[in-house]
Amino acid sequence: MAVETDKIILRIAEIMINELKLEDVTPETFDADIDLVDEVGIDSMDLATVALVLRDEYAVRIDEDDYPKLTTVRLIGEYIRKKLAA
Amino acid sequence: MKTVSSLLDDHWYARYKRISKLNIRSSIYDVTNRCNLRCKGCFFFSSGEHEAAKEEMDITRWETFVDKEMARGVNLAILIGGEPTLCMDRVEAFYRRLPTFCATNGIIKVPRDRFPDMMLGISLWGDEADEKVLRGKDAFSISSKNYAGDPHTYYLYTITPKQLGKTERIIKKIRDAGLKVHMQLLSNDEGVDGFHWRAEELAQIRCEMDDVLDSYPDTVISSKYYHEIITTGKMMGRPFGWMECPSVTDPLDKREPKPRRLTNFIRWASDLNTMHRCCTSETRDCSTCKDGAAHMSWVMVNKRAHMQSTRDLQNWIEIYEMFAKLYQFIPW
Repeated sequence: MAVETDKIILRIAEIMINELKLEDVTPETFDADIDLVDEVGIDSMDLATVALVLRDEYAVRIDEDDYPKLTTVRLIGEYIRKKLAA
Repeated sequence: MKTVSSLLDDHWYARYKRISKLNIRSSIYDVTNRCNLRCKGCFFFSSGEHEAAKEEMDITRWETFVDKEMARGVNLAILIGGEPTLCMDRVEAFYRRLPTFCATNGIIKVPRDRFPDMMLGISLWGDEADEKVLRGKDAFSISSKNYAGDPHTYYLYTITPKQLGKTERIIKKIRDAGLKVHMQLLSNDEGVDGFHWRAEELAQIRCEMDDVLDSYPDTVISSKYYHEIITTGKMMGRPFGWMECPSVTDPLDKREPKPRRLTNFIRWASDLNTMHRCCTSETRDCSTCKDGAAHMSWVMVNKRAHMQSTRDLQNWIEIYEMFAKLYQFIPW
């Protein structure tokens, strides 16, 4: 299960980098625990952009009401894994 | 990767943290189609929006409507008109339910026992002479008496080209009334002679706005970056206009490519059904729009574009703080 979550986290980091055009970072060097709002400067519109790609890729819908608690890539990854397992 | 903490020192990082998760979701509501003034240049009347929809008269429908707005995530109601204070029961339907800002001309005094902490923004269109030309009367003389010393009221001073060299006097009058002031520029929707901005006038007024901010920091709620944006119409080299505006009604927004915008923003007409295109009128030339809130929001929705340098991010923080103060999300 941990391996599966790690793969999802890596993919989320890759999507973030591509969609939000983040520079000087790779999926491998992206800190999965960095606060996306307080440190990366992501806002709800950014998260909505990422959520659209994740919906297409994993068939998982991220509820907008859940955005405030999805503050790191790891938390998003765990959220998706739980939804996939449900 | 540039991070917020790598760009800011502890002081600025603390300021950033205070606003970073406010997640303000505003929408704008025409409370009524009527007004007790008829100002030349008021977009609501000049564009015919006052005839776009018939007012909903049933107060219970207003209350139900506000509940629905809250359910779709609105956490800031911005009430405009017409003159909202002509319909206090409708204003109250919002105020009792969610954070509410009410734009007013200040002619009617909002009873503070009924609306103790509702933020009011009083429109002011220049000095006494300008107000007589544009609004038919010196509204300031009335509104300043109604609201002197009110901690939940500020003036929204719409500066006209005729105000060059005169703004400090206005700021002093507002300070002496114990109130605060936020500045924007006249868009002159009705093309009143002598009230169009020329490039050199915009450059001059920018300097003047900077000067009054420096001289009256406890009275003027503003930032120099905002002055730059509103007078040049440019942000990070990008011109303001239809394809950049963040304040377009979401369900009507078919722009491609999609610009960064206010999430779920709608401007509702007073029938509670009709939607207007944007926060001002659709007859306005977006490339010359001077709406202050639209320009502030433009910066606010472009946070990561302001993560190129420390100064850029500080500019973004100052504008977000200004907006948050004007709508009472953080104290003055």
